[in-house]
Amino acid sequence: MSQTAANKKLVKLLLLGAVAMFGFGFALVPLYDVLCEQLGINGKTNANAAVYEPTVIDTDRLVTIEFISHVQNGMPWEFEPTVTKMQVHPGELIRTSFSAINNGSTHIIGQAVPSVSPGQGAAYFNKTECFCFNKQPLDANSSADLPLIFYVDNALPEHINTLTLSYSLYDITERHLGTALTQGAAR
Amino acid sequence: MKTLTPEIDSQPEAHQEHDHHQPPKGIMRWLLTTNHKDIGSLYLWFSLIMFFIGGAMAMVIRAELFQPGLQLVDPNFFNQMTTVHGLIMVFGAVMPAFTGLANWLIPMMIGAPDMALPRMNNWSFWILPFAFLILLGSLFMEGGGPSFGWTFYAPLSTTYSNDSTALFVFSVHIMGISSIMGAINVIVTIVNMRAPGMTWMKLPLFVWTWLITAFLLIAVMPVLAGVVTMVLTDKFFGTSFFDAAGGGDPVMFQHIFWFFGHPEVYIMILPSFGIISAIVPAFSRKKLFGYSSMVYATASIAILSFLVWAHHMFTTGMPVFAELFFMYCTMLIAVPTGVKVFNWVATLWRGSITFETPMLFAIAFIILFTIGGFSGLMLAITPADFQYHDTYFVVAHFHYVLVTGAIFSIMAAAYYWLPKWTGHMYDERLGKLHFWCSVISVNVLFFPMHFLGLAGMPRRIPDYAVQFADINQIVSIGGFAFGLSQLIFLAVVLKCIKGGEKAPAKPWEGAEGLEWTIPSPAPYHSFSTPPEVK
Repeated sequence: MSQTAANKKLVKLLLLGAVAMFGFGFALVPLYDVLCEQLGINGKTNANAAVYEPTVIDTDRLVTIEFISHVQNGMPWEFEPTVTKMQVHPGELIRTSFSAINNGSTHIIGQAVPSVSPGQGAAYFNKTECFCFNKQPLDANSSADLPLIFYVDNALPEHINTLTLSYSLYDITERHLGTALTQGAAR
Repeated sequence: MKTLTPEIDSQPEAHQEHDHHQPPKGIMRWLLTTNHKDIGSLYLWFSLIMFFIGGAMAMVIRAELFQPGLQLVDPNFFNQMTTVHGLIMVFGAVMPAFTGLANWLIPMMIGAPDMALPRMNNWSFWILPFAFLILLGSLFMEGGGPSFGWTFYAPLSTTYSNDSTALFVFSVHIMGISSIMGAINVIVTIVNMRAPGMTWMKLPLFVWTWLITAFLLIAVMPVLAGVVTMVLTDKFFGTSFFDAAGGGDPVMFQHIFWFFGHPEVYIMILPSFGIISAIVPAFSRKKLFGYSSMVYATASIAILSFLVWAHHMFTTGMPVFAELFFMYCTMLIAVPTGVKVFNWVATLWRGSITFETPMLFAIAFIILFTIGGFSGLMLAITPADFQYHDTYFVVAHFHYVLVTGAIFSIMAAAYYWLPKWTGHMYDERLGKLHFWCSVISVNVLFFPMHFLGLAGMPRRIPDYAVQFADINQIVSIGGFAFGLSQLIFLAVVLKCIKGGEKAPAKPWEGAEGLEWTIPSPAPYHSFSTPPEVK
């Protein structure tokens, strides 16, 4: 009998372990984001607008900023930076823009996802205004100028001289309409 | 001799049991069985069938790669073959074979009457055929089965896969549940059912390695279940775990997958270490050299296996400090593994060695697994990995550790314990023929793949540049020969079940362990009263 009790106790513990590890698999998702952010390794930039505090502009230092863009396969948009390369002083507030043209015959909602390379520089690239904070809806055969205002933090490590900002543009029309529909149904 | 006494002792027990517990006849015996020996046999047969199905897929792959250009199958089907070959061999052949060996051997080795949870044992086997029917069935669906590689990287398995992905996910869930139940059973059996006097440091190494493997299974199979669930919801329910457009990250897939995947490769090799540690001393007629260091080495490999997953991902753009961390941790695993190899060699040293088939496979294991280990060390070197990544060098590496490692050890185990299971000696001449055909063809098959990889041939392609043609032809010939050689194994097993020279309780002179104290074939119920271990 004590054998059965001992078996039951151990089985419960082991099952608990298995369930906990299933949970751990999902816990890895937020953990991944937190770790990437803490270690500054994934090139993710701030998701919400940063507030620009006028500081000393480090006029002795020049940092090269490159802009690149990438459109999801099959998405009928042209999406390009208006300026592909510029030199800025850390602390200086810069305004630039990307241009987007919807060559398709339908209304399409785009979503640009930013990434900075090298990853360690991402934390020092602050956007005070960015089209990527919102969705980018465009009617068929229309175009838009998408603004971006940013500054590079003074504390940018010495060894980083170039920051590359890349935007990948995705078609989220279906996904967006899908949520709208389910929200409508919920009401 | 000494071995006769326990044989006589166990006879009266067997007679008592006969009245009440004879198995029912026919198919119901196998469907309803809770006997560890029956379930062990079911697992082993299932594994052998899967080995031949997965092997047939490998033959399709090698036939297509016999010459450059596309001749036999279209690329989509080729990708399904590489994917399902991998899934079947990992989850259908190697893992169930080890679980089958565990079922057969662990109770006999620790002096227990059965596994601790016999009914769960029945379930954990019988859900397995359904998992593989679902997976194999998906191949016949419109658009075909999974074609994204056994590693099912997002977005290949999410954005770019077809609807049969749902079946793939479901079948992986079932395989996972089966493995977890099997692992729980093994742990409870080993912890609670050891015979009096069978202390931890007296456990046979096969039992030790399986105990540690079972903990690995419980730790990582749920993570695999989690990651396939994420793939399922990303694909069908609009979540964005791995979709950058919705704020997810495809690289995170690789992190979660390999957090499962790397311990998984040790799940497929640790029980092998246990098998080799039983066979080498038996045929060297010496005690295993460094028993306790073997236990500690196994445990260290298991712990380290959780710290090395990102060595599969050096080329994803990881920061340098992470690359260095994972590189050094990976190389560190060579230390406990080296301890094991040296211990086996030290056991052979000045032993009176004979070369029966199990020993031949065991020695081939030591040499060829070490080659696979060394190519693994080469891949661990971050800068070198940038060249080797996703080439045939990787294919050569993991086939050396899995085929000449895991599979060879399973073959060795089968030959070693077949007399105990069937009561007959296997045909030694056929066994040796099987060994020599296998060991020669397997090297013709996998060794030239190193050169293909170093020359830059990528893996998972149905067509290739013409300069790789000659070596691919040699590889394919080796492949066909290796595939055919395995039919000899099937013949040996069938012949051994049907009849043959009567096997004594202990057919191997130097063998040690409780399983050799009971008669051959092992009676349906053994150790109903626990033996005394001194």
